[in-house]
Amino acid sequence: MAHRVGMEVSIAVSHAVQMSRAEAIAAYPITPQTHIVEHLSSMVANGELDAEFVNVESEHSAISTCIGMSATGARTYTATSSQGLALMNEILFIASALRLPIVMTVANRALSGPLSIWNDHGDIMAARDIGWIQIFVENGQESFDHSVMAFKIAENHKVLLPTIINLDGFILSHVVEAMEFPEQELVDKFLPPYHPRFSLDPKNPVTMGAFAMPEVYTEVKMGHQMALTGSYDHILSVWKEWGDLTGRHYKPVEKYKTDGAKILLLTMGCLSEVAEVAVDEMRDAGLEVGLLKLRMWRPFPFADLRKAVEGAELLIVCDRALSLGGAAPPVLAEVRSAFYEMPNRPRTASFVIGLGGRDIPPGVFKDIVAQAQAEAQTGPTEEYHIFGVRG
Amino acid sequence: MSSKPMDQVTWQEIEVGAVLTEPGSARAYNTGDWRSQHPVWTKSRCIRCGVCWTVCPEAGISEEPGGYFDMNMYCKGCGICAKECVTGCISMVPEEE
Repeated sequence: MAHRVGMEVSIAVSHAVQMSRAEAIAAYPITPQTHIVEHLSSMVANGELDAEFVNVESEHSAISTCIGMSATGARTYTATSSQGLALMNEILFIASALRLPIVMTVANRALSGPLSIWNDHGDIMAARDIGWIQIFVENGQESFDHSVMAFKIAENHKVLLPTIINLDGFILSHVVEAMEFPEQELVDKFLPPYHPRFSLDPKNPVTMGAFAMPEVYTEVKMGHQMALTGSYDHILSVWKEWGDLTGRHYKPVEKYKTDGAKILLLTMGCLSEVAEVAVDEMRDAGLEVGLLKLRMWRPFPFADLRKAVEGAELLIVCDRALSLGGAAPPVLAEVRSAFYEMPNRPRTASFVIGLGGRDIPPGVFKDIVAQAQAEAQTGPTEEYHIFGVRG
Repeated sequence: MSSKPMDQVTWQEIEVGAVLTEPGSARAYNTGDWRSQHPVWTKSRCIRCGVCWTVCPEAGISEEPGGYFDMNMYCKGCGICAKECVTGCISMVPEEE
């Protein structure tokens, strides 16, 4: 029987990794990811997790070590945040190009400068094109569930791609929530041991990471692209299998009170729970407002999103990152691209909120909806709004 | 990867992660194909000493039957062989367009 526990979300993630029987971990502690790897380190030291835990001197080394360990065929895990993810950057592309199914938690945090340890999505958006599967979670239960499911998705031989679970730093990573933990037996049945397609084995030598001449580089990238877009079906089938076992079902784009909604908000991560409260209050006040929660970021769920906005007149995209000097913040840019060829596309409005840990109470969403409604008549005053900025 | 010439391989034929399962595949790369000049030996002055073969940094010179030397497809056209040749029998000739 599954049992309910109250636990800090970071610690729950470390238990998810333990229950997934990770065999190799290399990580460098960075706020707000620290508690996850701290607890995994304790588990390994105490003999509660039979894994190799490699202490390294930087995140660049952490992910490099993970690549080496994953290449030997070990189930490999790491976690990082913000500057740590940025320091990993060049190696992240190699992990995915080598098709190594490393699972990484990113406790999302603003990038310096100015120095900020608090939450936004600037770190992962700067690593958008690394070729990994990228999922956002909303609460503690989802953090646990998706950490386990990530291994099964990544290790599927038709996928073989590293996978990032994004969870918001502090406002999710450090809160205590009630969660349902499955029995180890269920996890073992769901997630069998990892059998690599290729591994570094002296008895059967292969070359990994050879260079590619101009004649073949494009074809290798095409294979990567097809694997990442093709991972969509496998992600859904893993989510369905987990849903059937636990009763918790997940979709690429989750809908909340969207029936008959003329106005839709779109959020990612744990902000979605705050937005739900705001939607409840606006619905009570008679406004036809609903919420879309974008769970799958890579591969981008174009078809799901297009279907989800059918009938809506206005989609308000809430970004937690900037693309300084660019056409649009990252999520809006993606969403507008998805809609461009649609005959009956909704209008979009764009608000950047919650940068560097700025608190977003439900009232912010009500203000955003009011402003977007007003501008739907007059036209927006800016390409996108950095909401609540003073001056 | 398949044994096809590299410029005919399709993306479907490339192994997951571009892993190479056969050893020695680098031999198939004609790494000298971007050279802008190449050495030409005047056999009447060649004493078959092999200094060119010895000094070539890229294994771009092979011994031919009869003990003479010639460039192979790994020659980058650096000209060290011509510079070091004892009898001066090697001249560097520009690649034709």
